Amino acid sequence: MLKKRIIPCLDIRDGRTVKGVSFVNLRDAGDPVELARAYADQAADEIVFLDITATHEKRKTLAPLVEKIANAINIPFTVGGGISTREDVSVLISSGADKVSVNTAAVLDPALITRLADSFGSQCIVVAIDAQRIDGEWRVCINGGRKITEVRALPWAEEAMLRGAGEILLTSVNSDGTKEGFSTDITAAVSDRVNIPVIASGGAGTMDHFRRVFEETSCTAALAASVFHFGEILIPDLKRYLQKNNINVRV
Amino acid sequence: MTAILKYNSGNIMSVWVALKRLGHEAVISDDPEIISGAEKVIIPGVGEAASAMRHLREKSLDRVIVSLRQPVLGICLGLQLMCASSEEGNTEGLGIFDTPVRRFPAGARVPHMGWNDFISLSDDPLLKGIGPGDDVYYVHSYYAGVNGYTIAVCDYGLAFSAAMRRDNFFATQFHPEKSAETGARILENFLRL
Repeated sequence: MLKKRIIPCLDIRDGRTVKGVSFVNLRDAGDPVELARAYADQAADEIVFLDITATHEKRKTLAPLVEKIANAINIPFTVGGGISTREDVSVLISSGADKVSVNTAAVLDPALITRLADSFGSQCIVVAIDAQRIDGEWRVCINGGRKITEVRALPWAEEAMLRGAGEILLTSVNSDGTKEGFSTDITAAVSDRVNIPVIASGGAGTMDHFRRVFEETSCTAALAASVFHFGEILIPDLKRYLQKNNINVRV
Repeated sequence: MTAILKYNSGNIMSVWVALKRLGHEAVISDDPEIISGAEKVIIPGVGEAASAMRHLREKSLDRVIVSLRQPVLGICLGLQLMCASSEEGNTEGLGIFDTPVRRFPAGARVPHMGWNDFISLSDDPLLKGIGPGDDVYYVHSYYAGVNGYTIAVCDYGLAFSAAMRRDNFFATQFHPEKSAETGARILENFLRL
């Protein structure tokens, strides 16, 4: 049976991980390669790297880093952040990334999804959607959640699928950083609207939050950052907990 | 030397890197002489079936592949290209496995993406040491059904071939190069054939 995936997410700036990470036995917790290896050893199912480097010049550090990560781990990984052209994707995929995620550029130019899917195959194109609830309505945010658009999250998820997205990474801006649980309502609605895999993101604080998002929605994966980085939740513990609650995971 | 077939496919480097992690040097090539002369050949694959077949025909690699006598391993799209036909772009395949490749039925969440297990139907050396309950990584929207060449079966709403074998030709629908220790074991099994 297909397992529900647990995905840690690392923010990268200028080739280093940002936000402190407190793994024991790591020589250098800022090194994304070491962290990736540690997560792979903990049976993370995939890893997402989000590049938040601001300048184009420093962004050039990304491709060699992706190559190092590909050399170091034997599980799939996704790279996102600031991707807006076929050339961006080509560099990352040929450096060893399995998937890329697009967000703002796809909202501004939805045909980008089609171009990328045609060139590289749907299976490696993840459309990341940052959704924010405003007056009872889920709207799409861009520019790292800073700008709210008129685009509605549900029809956008469906359009992304029809244009060739292979997967949706859905982040609830309302829940992100709260540690009060995933937004199960929008996650359920998007997961039911599309028949491509959906990753739930934003709000993970306890192991029970993961159980709930898998029980109450048909999402196929859950992503979190800080609870994993600070060792508040260890992935092997989380998987044993989910397994005990009859949720199929890879242990 | 193991040769990794170079064609218009996405994840060739992943396979090369996976072999390197196992301490095994491989060459990436589309030169018929190098492919024919290699001890083992791996046909990786992420991409679209019809354009991949066109590419193989243009380079006459289709005839080279079917004539190989050394162990050959097709991965994901590689498996699908080794079949008789594919619904993806309605293309003929290499015909090594006399079975069609179909799209998962409407209603299934596709791609079938993530970790899933398989059941071995035989004691094939490719899958030696892999137990039921060991998971491997899949990402695909098309599948080969269970047929006479099937050596392992996976369940995703329907039963399909997780792995097939005909003589020296082996193929996996999953990605051993992305399947952690279980996948590494399968690649080692292949390299040891």
